[in-house]
Amino acid sequence: MKTVVTPATTAELIDAVRSAPRVLAFGAGTKPRLSLVDDDVLGISTVKLSSLVEYEPDEYTFTALAGTPLRDLAAVLAEKRQYLPFDPPLAAAGATLGGTVAAGLSGPGRLRYGGVRDFILGVRFIDGSGRSLRLGGKVVKNAAGFDLPKFLVGSLGRLGVITELTFKVFPRPASTLTLRLPVSDPQQAVTLFEALGSGRWEVEAADLPPSADAVYVRLAGPEGTLPLIARELLELGSGHTLEPAVATAFWDHLQAQTWRAPGNSLHKLALRPREAPALLQQVAAMGGQVHLSSAGSLAWVALPVDSDAGRLGLQAMTLHGSGPLFTGRAAEPDIARAIKLALDPVHRFPGFA
Amino acid sequence: MPAEALRRLSAILPADRLLWQPAHLAAYQSDALTAFQSPPLAVAIPETADEVIALVRACHAGRLPFVARGSGTSLSGGSLPVRGGIVIALNRLNRILRLDPAERIAVVEPGVINLAVTAAAAPHGLHYAPDPSSQSICTIGGNVAFNSGGAHCLKYGMTSNHVLGLRAVLATGEVVDFGSGRREQLGPDWCGLFTGHEGLFGIALEITLQLLPRAECFHTVLAGYRTLEQAGDAVSAIVASGLLPGAIEIMDALALEAAKAAVHADYPPHCEAVLIVELEGPREAVAADRLRLDALLAASGPVEARPARNPAERLAIWKGRKSAFSAVGRLSPDFIVQDGVVPRRRLGEALRRIGEFSREAGLRCANVFHAGDGNLHPLILYNGRTPGELERAEALAGRILRLCVDMGGSITGEHGIGVEKRDYLPAMFAPDEIDCLQRIRAAFDPLGIANPGKMFPAGEAPALHAHGPHPLERAGVISRE
Repeated sequence: MKTVVTPATTAELIDAVRSAPRVLAFGAGTKPRLSLVDDDVLGISTVKLSSLVEYEPDEYTFTALAGTPLRDLAAVLAEKRQYLPFDPPLAAAGATLGGTVAAGLSGPGRLRYGGVRDFILGVRFIDGSGRSLRLGGKVVKNAAGFDLPKFLVGSLGRLGVITELTFKVFPRPASTLTLRLPVSDPQQAVTLFEALGSGRWEVEAADLPPSADAVYVRLAGPEGTLPLIARELLELGSGHTLEPAVATAFWDHLQAQTWRAPGNSLHKLALRPREAPALLQQVAAMGGQVHLSSAGSLAWVALPVDSDAGRLGLQAMTLHGSGPLFTGRAAEPDIARAIKLALDPVHRFPGFA
Repeated sequence: MPAEALRRLSAILPADRLLWQPAHLAAYQSDALTAFQSPPLAVAIPETADEVIALVRACHAGRLPFVARGSGTSLSGGSLPVRGGIVIALNRLNRILRLDPAERIAVVEPGVINLAVTAAAAPHGLHYAPDPSSQSICTIGGNVAFNSGGAHCLKYGMTSNHVLGLRAVLATGEVVDFGSGRREQLGPDWCGLFTGHEGLFGIALEITLQLLPRAECFHTVLAGYRTLEQAGDAVSAIVASGLLPGAIEIMDALALEAAKAAVHADYPPHCEAVLIVELEGPREAVAADRLRLDALLAASGPVEARPARNPAERLAIWKGRKSAFSAVGRLSPDFIVQDGVVPRRRLGEALRRIGEFSREAGLRCANVFHAGDGNLHPLILYNGRTPGELERAEALAGRILRLCVDMGGSITGEHGIGVEKRDYLPAMFAPDEIDCLQRIRAAFDPLGIANPGKMFPAGEAPALHAHGPHPLERAGVISRE
């Protein structure tokens, strides 16, 4: 995209969508590959569409405009001791709520209660015909109509421009505790992930950071109870508990994705935990780094410039770098083309290439 | 049945699995929305996914409407046959194809019973979270089609939050794989779109479900209150406290009376409402949270608060709760169940208004509801043999649905639109929005042969009215909730 407009109101946003034959909306640009498209596509920045429209702490719901930064939302929710349990990444870098939904990104905390798809309740979006549509609902439970809000998770702005979102939130546990459990090899990490995922402890996060020889486990719960639960976990390996400040810095570092060597590409992979050892080996051979998140269900992979993510042997989405948007994907079924046409009959938005 | 259609189908299935004689069709002419019935042209009973694919492709080739059916427990008429169409009964596709305890997933066929998944997972300390009250009979295929809920949705979500992968045959005959069975995903969320399609997209053939570890410890309390409002206030206090219970349920006086009569449930005397709250989690966390919960309940002015002291007492509390609907059903020859949602803080107001509406309509209305997520279940009692009562009951149901929309809620929390609420879809969505939903439907089903007449208004005319409970309900096998 060569030209970018920055509408300040929803009405201006609708006008912007209708103003050009090809458009793509984006947020703060923290995942630049997702909006790397042809020069003739008009870019629409949502950063001025930043507002918490409604927040009902007693209902566990809020509605915000797409360009609202995650860190602003987190701050408002924290005042009422609530949070988005799926830990959206890149908040410190300015990532927006709309960009997080369009990219379909969740962080370490997705382990306990699910990802961004599990907390989205409603969406207002502009379809390819320039119509503003609201689907889903504003209450925590709703089964009316097809679940377009979920479908737009991961849609990358290719099916519609998200303007407003309603989310479910949860009360924030009173305390957290992070443990470091050493592992000698990737297989041991997988075994630990599996044990944590099916255990009694209701672990909130379990991640293997890049180049680390330990799994970091985060517990969250009532004050005073976590050291008791931790004792049992620490016996699984000769681990130790992190000081609160160290723990916060540790998770912030992972969430900021600043571990990625400058210039390297960055990819998101959906993973089965048992696929992790081969992935780690392959990435190491390619000179890259891996952050295994959510007990091995999610991998963030950084690769040196000019690496072919297709060699990872798994589906991957590129967030940084100039390689293909998706690698390792099967051909799209007929229904994908039919749905694209249903939502965007004039092909106003780019495709998924 | 038309010879051409029969010929096409009989080439796929042996004669004993293709029913077309009226006596055989009777069992399929209605679902749990018993006020409607409509005999299908034929009932096809496939045993394999390949047979289902062949049937759908034959329907597509012959423009023959079809309705997929599991156990027929839909409360919105989702599996009501459509005139001139066939029913594809999926009960024999009931295999659990794979259960992987390490990965915590189960791959199942659509006819697998909801509770069978948890039964298979239990030896590994796992369970399948969505628990509609009909879970002992309803199928996963039906749960996926209608995005079924249950008592634990606030914390664990609905069916769609637990579907990680789907193989489906679409109404076009195309066979697709949505999701990868992994917990994370890349690109648009196709499983999310498919779940809750109400049978309008096609038929799920294989479903990958996420399993969760079973909670180590429970703390279940039953508290009786003089007024519904006090029970509602207690819910507000619990929610405001930052506790996240697994379930928060309320039953009103009429429901309590019925549950006492039906399963000899024991409740504190002279109560207009009973609140059930359940905490769950690691024992250390539950031990800490129960102190806070017990203090909150004590301060909420109950007639009595009874914590379950052992698993048997916990089960008894849930038995009374889960039997409430069929129990209330015994008070009346016929009833309609609604499942509208209101913002939680307006529950008290909504219940008052429903009480007023029901007095104005001259019909009794019992309430058992998921208070934690604002999901009402007003149960409207009527006698279909009294001229005009069904119409009054339907009018009352319509007023309640509009009330839910006016309060900023939804016309359905977990039962779906089906045939029952299709005329109320425009109360929630603008014409452009309904057009968008219809375009999506047309993308999956350009011929309009998959469950036509459901979800969208102005479909074909409603079917004939029936009277009395569903045969399975009469046998005590299913309950409507």
